[in-house]
Amino acid sequence: MLQTMARELAPLHQGDPIKAATREAYGKALLELGEEMPDLCVLDADLSGSTKTKAFGQAYPERFFNCGVAEANMMGIAAGLASMGKTVFASSFAMFATGKAWEQVRQSIAVPQFNVKVAATHAGLTVGEDGKSHQMLEDITLMRVIPGMRVLVPADAVEARLAIRAAAENEGPFYVRLSRASTPVVFGEDYKFELGKGAVLRDGGDVAIIACGIEVGMALAAAEELAQSGIEARVIAMASIKPIDADLITEAARDCGCVLTAEEHQIRGGLGSAVAEVLATRAPVPMAFCGMDDEFGQSGDAWDLISHYGLDGPGLAASARALVEAKNS
Amino acid sequence: MTLTDQQRDEIRAAANTVRQDSVRMTNAATCGHPGGPMGMADFMSTLFLAHLNLNAENRHDPERDRFILGNGHTCAGLYSLLAQKGLFPSESLLEFRKFGSPLQGHPHRNLDLGIDMSTGSLGNGLSVGAGMALAAKQNNWETRVYVASSDGESQEGQIWEAATAAAHYGLSNLTVMVDFNNIQIDGVMREVMDVRDLREKYAAFGWHAVDIDGHDIDAVDGALCAAKEETTRPSAIICHTTIGKGVSFMEDKAAWHGVAPNDEQAQEALAELGA
Ligand SMILES: Cc1ncc(C[n+]2csc(CCOP(=O)(O)OP(=O)(O)O)c2C)c(N)n1
Ligand SMILES: [Mg+2]
Repeated sequence: MLQTMARELAPLHQGDPIKAATREAYGKALLELGEEMPDLCVLDADLSGSTKTKAFGQAYPERFFNCGVAEANMMGIAAGLASMGKTVFASSFAMFATGKAWEQVRQSIAVPQFNVKVAATHAGLTVGEDGKSHQMLEDITLMRVIPGMRVLVPADAVEARLAIRAAAENEGPFYVRLSRASTPVVFGEDYKFELGKGAVLRDGGDVAIIACGIEVGMALAAAEELAQSGIEARVIAMASIKPIDADLITEAARDCGCVLTAEEHQIRGGLGSAVAEVLATRAPVPMAFCGMDDEFGQSGDAWDLISHYGLDGPGLAASARALVEAKNS
Repeated sequence: MTLTDQQRDEIRAAANTVRQDSVRMTNAATCGHPGGPMGMADFMSTLFLAHLNLNAENRHDPERDRFILGNGHTCAGLYSLLAQKGLFPSESLLEFRKFGSPLQGHPHRNLDLGIDMSTGSLGNGLSVGAGMALAAKQNNWETRVYVASSDGESQEGQIWEAATAAAHYGLSNLTVMVDFNNIQIDGVMREVMDVRDLREKYAAFGWHAVDIDGHDIDAVDGALCAAKEETTRPSAIICHTTIGKGVSFMEDKAAWHGVAPNDEQAQEALAELGA
């Protein structure tokens, strides 16, 4: 089944170089799922053009509800719909879906384990010019900590489409983190996404770089740069942050002897923390964390910001190099 | 108190500058929100020139008035007025939204520039305004607190929690000016999520509340003067406006909520604004 889906992804691969935003893939996935699942409802909070739920709203107006600028209420409505047997996707920007409505997501969705998928776009620094009020850098932490909440951060449009499908097909609450910016497609058409599994995109034995979201592409760029100075980096895409692929992480730590994590998110509580939780008990090795170090973002061009905070290819390569040196000294 | 002819001329000129700046700033940034501030220009200019006690000299005076832009996305207009009042040079306006500029995409508190509060997440501003007004009352200060809000923002539940509290505490020194343009991002407000009659709602919450034409500067001035006469209730001024006001192809179109005019459109817009 997954293979058929992967084949359906073909249209995303047209044009060169292949770039797409994960939010675009979300919009397309909703259209497919709408046809397959008559009970699927989609909610938005006055951002349907940006989150890409609009196309679903046009195709299935009777199953689309624009709740207005009222995210907490939207999550409550999502919970109510789910309690009556609907599968619900609820969307807004990551800041408002998880920040404004965290308590409603916890109490009304996660506590009763309702079938609600919070699919949030415009996560991280790459919203760019809107600045810190819109740059959500704490959402992985906020969602990961809620019991029973699954957390997915796809790396590209291919993986996003599959992650959305996995969320739809698995009962219970999910958080899917999506981006505004277009990023290179790193997965091939034959990629199979599996809940709780990471994917090794490049092999290497000197350092493992575990990344999610747009940082997967950056990790691949860093690995390329590191190879030129003889450092072989293993690059792992870890979209499934919860449940996490503890075996793959442990194996990488044992093989490489050190692990770098990279995420467009606060260091505290995000992917890096999730990886550290695994390694602290199973295979302690030297670690380093690329992410936001306890500060808010700011306005600016999305990719300038990524470089400024050391989250581009060269930034990750520098952190990896320092980590390898520390390991060897 | 009514406006003098000279005040009227100054306010109209300031409002036109706000409109031109909104076009220039978003064009230079190639992003941002031009429509809202153009619609708010008349009531915001009346507030800033004839009422709000904030200027380059008193910016650090704790007893001066406060202003919060609850609908923070419309900050091009706020920055234009702060520059016009001399809080920073107007050349900075073209750095709007760029890396390193204090003129962030949504307001970030910066008392040197006269920006009293960080906003951008809708729904938060009025509560903070209520807190400021409460402190001013406690201190027996003359400080007045003004909060701008919008029809779209009125969909947030927190607005109504703030409205309940402000009336409960009798915050007569608090005034909210609601930009009611019947537009939000996804389209016509009445169709997306109708907030219905905001004057009636604020009145039911215990506020002194009026509906006015938000482009009629005498009506705005009259409503702001009446708010100062209140002794036990906060005031809500529902300003009915047209988004993109002053530029024919931008007026009343949700599309101009958050899209910057390109060079050609900016030139055309500025010509219509008499630049
Ligand atoms: C809590 C929150 N949710 C969503 C947004 C995104 N957003 C920014 S402006 C806006 C529409 C608000 O309506 P209104 O202020 O009436 O817009 P305008 O009239 O200026 O076009 C939305 C949904 C936000 N900034 N904050
Ligand atoms: Mg509006």
